[in-house]
Amino acid sequence: MSIAAKFEIEYLQYLDAEGQQVRDALPEFAKNLEHMVELYKLMISTRVFDAKSVAMQRTGKLGTYASCLGHEAAHVGIGSAMKPEDVLALSYREYGAQLYRGVQPREVYMYWGGDERGNDYQNEPARHDFAWSVPIGTQCLHAAGSALAFKIRNEPRVAVCCIGDGGSSKGDFYGAINIAGAQNLPLVAVIVNNQWAISVPRKIQSGAPTLAQKGLAAGLYCIQVDGNDIIAVRKAMEDALERARSGQGGSVIEAVTYRLSDHTTADDARRYRDEAEVKEAWAKEPVKRLRAWLVAKGVWDDAREEAWKAECDEWMDNEVNAYLQTRSQPVTAMFDYTYAEVPADLAKQRDYALSLESK
Amino acid sequence: MAQITLIEAVTQALAYEMAHDDSVVVLGEDVGVNGGVFRATVGLQEKFGPLRVLDTPLDETTIAGVTVGLATQGMKPVAEAQFEGFIYPMMEQIACHAARMRTRTRGRLTVPAVFRAPWGGGIRAPEHHSEANEHLFTNIPGLRVVLPSSPARAYGLLLAAIRDPDPVVFFEPKRIYRQYKEEVPDDGEALPLDVCFVLRDGTDVTLVTWGAQVKECLEAADALAEEGISAEVIDVATLTPLDFDTIAESVTKTGRCVIVHEAPKTAGFGAEIAARLAEECLYELLAPVERVTGYDVHIPLFRLEMKYLPSVQRVVDAAKRTLAVS
Ligand SMILES: Cc1ncc(C[n+]2csc(CCOP(=O)(O)OP(=O)(O)O)c2C)c(N)n1
Ligand SMILES: [Mg+2]
Repeated sequence: MSIAAKFEIEYLQYLDAEGQQVRDALPEFAKNLEHMVELYKLMISTRVFDAKSVAMQRTGKLGTYASCLGHEAAHVGIGSAMKPEDVLALSYREYGAQLYRGVQPREVYMYWGGDERGNDYQNEPARHDFAWSVPIGTQCLHAAGSALAFKIRNEPRVAVCCIGDGGSSKGDFYGAINIAGAQNLPLVAVIVNNQWAISVPRKIQSGAPTLAQKGLAAGLYCIQVDGNDIIAVRKAMEDALERARSGQGGSVIEAVTYRLSDHTTADDARRYRDEAEVKEAWAKEPVKRLRAWLVAKGVWDDAREEAWKAECDEWMDNEVNAYLQTRSQPVTAMFDYTYAEVPADLAKQRDYALSLESK
Repeated sequence: MAQITLIEAVTQALAYEMAHDDSVVVLGEDVGVNGGVFRATVGLQEKFGPLRVLDTPLDETTIAGVTVGLATQGMKPVAEAQFEGFIYPMMEQIACHAARMRTRTRGRLTVPAVFRAPWGGGIRAPEHHSEANEHLFTNIPGLRVVLPSSPARAYGLLLAAIRDPDPVVFFEPKRIYRQYKEEVPDDGEALPLDVCFVLRDGTDVTLVTWGAQVKECLEAADALAEEGISAEVIDVATLTPLDFDTIAESVTKTGRCVIVHEAPKTAGFGAEIAARLAEECLYELLAPVERVTGYDVHIPLFRLEMKYLPSVQRVVDAAKRTLAVS
């Protein structure tokens, strides 16, 4: 028998569920404990932010909200590995990555609170990132197109897209990694496999033993990582970004994690999944293990934890207040951003809508 | 100065803009070495290289989504759908992203892209190669839907479409790609995207049309003139946002209107124009508005397609009906 081609998929993990280091050689960034504390703190603030969002939805202050509970390592790992000049195209729950890149909690609240201004991220580098993309998978092609623009202009920048396990079934995802392989584009596609696409489990999405291997058919570098281990996510991201930036091609990273929350605040996961499964997943969640590791290194303790959480609470309260104090846009706003300039024919409708305001 | 066809005018506009603006790129299937299946991009890859004239993988979703991505990063992509019958997979990216990126982000990200597609019937093509589906796009806010009907308008409108800060769907009537030649100076002069073109002045009836049917309407106007009937012919050219004022002004003058298009009748773009006439010009009308359109069927395979497409005779008959009323 002759073999036409042969493949394997590496699995990467540094910290196990207990925070025990399962690999000796740490990547450079992880040797900088101060930096690791910063990452940990962002994972905590992401979690505090998320809980605040859910609470606001429950009290009618937000519309439907997609929680990121359990994804903190994956999302912060993605965001922190990117350079400011890179571009992020995400779906809708990657807040950890967004906060790292300067999105303000009040902007997230604005968007899920029914106001487009939430997408007008004020801070760089988020300001040049894409906004939330609700049609599943479509954002992958925006990243591929961005990567093509970087290649055409010969800029050392990388486009990163995030996609769910469910979304990895979509043609848009395949199309994006396919053209990335064909054109050697600087694209890093991260499949955040949280085991569920609303009520549909991972095994119904694909017969492939890993989702990472989908990149093989596109000619991309592929790796599966423990998505609850921020060191593994960050390391895989750094390697993939470096390869992409230096013209060595794109990657697919599968970050294996678990959606500890309902799909969104409009969902009730008890309808379709076992409490036992969720309990088991909690034992592997990402925050606990990093804390154990940092505590063992002597750079974190309960007092610091409490103090930081209190700071996060204050931060979020500030953000919530800022959001609650914003007034709605004027009715004309729905007309003013449809085209660069309001066309004459549309201006008539705008005038009419405005006239109703004074009635 | 050389006389050129409509398709050559498309090529000329692309070449002009690519030479004058580095951010303009062309992408699609077979647009490179082959120069497109209709030759719209012929010679461009030689001039501008394989990255600016990019043969994509065969996936319309990819072409459209990558186009959105390019445009958000400061490029001005001109994407080609090989035929309008294959544009459907592009529609999600066009409707959900190209047309709403600006409003979604309050202007932070925009999509100055053009989606070109050869459009319409009458070239004895296989199934799915002859559709007229502009009405599926005219109901999408944030888009411009443009249909040139002559070499000069193809050149000027395509330049305008590429330079426009918002996404444009640019349908090229392939039946008249090579129908006739005219002088089109390669001077980089764009035509406005916010006006209808009055191609022929008249006083008795207004013929409103776009795309390949402009030819039938001009011929119908000639035939009507022989019978002493003076027809005004309007090429709408940019369907949305619509310059209704030009149509209203003409119909106010003539009191009669025949709308001609090859897409199916029901909810075709003619219905919008007829509704606007009813809303805004009812008391100026001397006769019911007539529509001469494709039937509410899929355009038949080519043995029957000319019986589907609006003919000069059908336009003449409709115009006469409007005159018989008063
Ligand atoms: C094209 C499209 N189809 C359906 C939906 C409705 N929907 C929203 S989220 C979702 C599941 C997505 O699952 P996955 O890709 O695994 O991402 P996750 O929500 O788990 O992060 C579905 C079906 C949608 N938003 N877009
Ligand atoms: Mg999922």
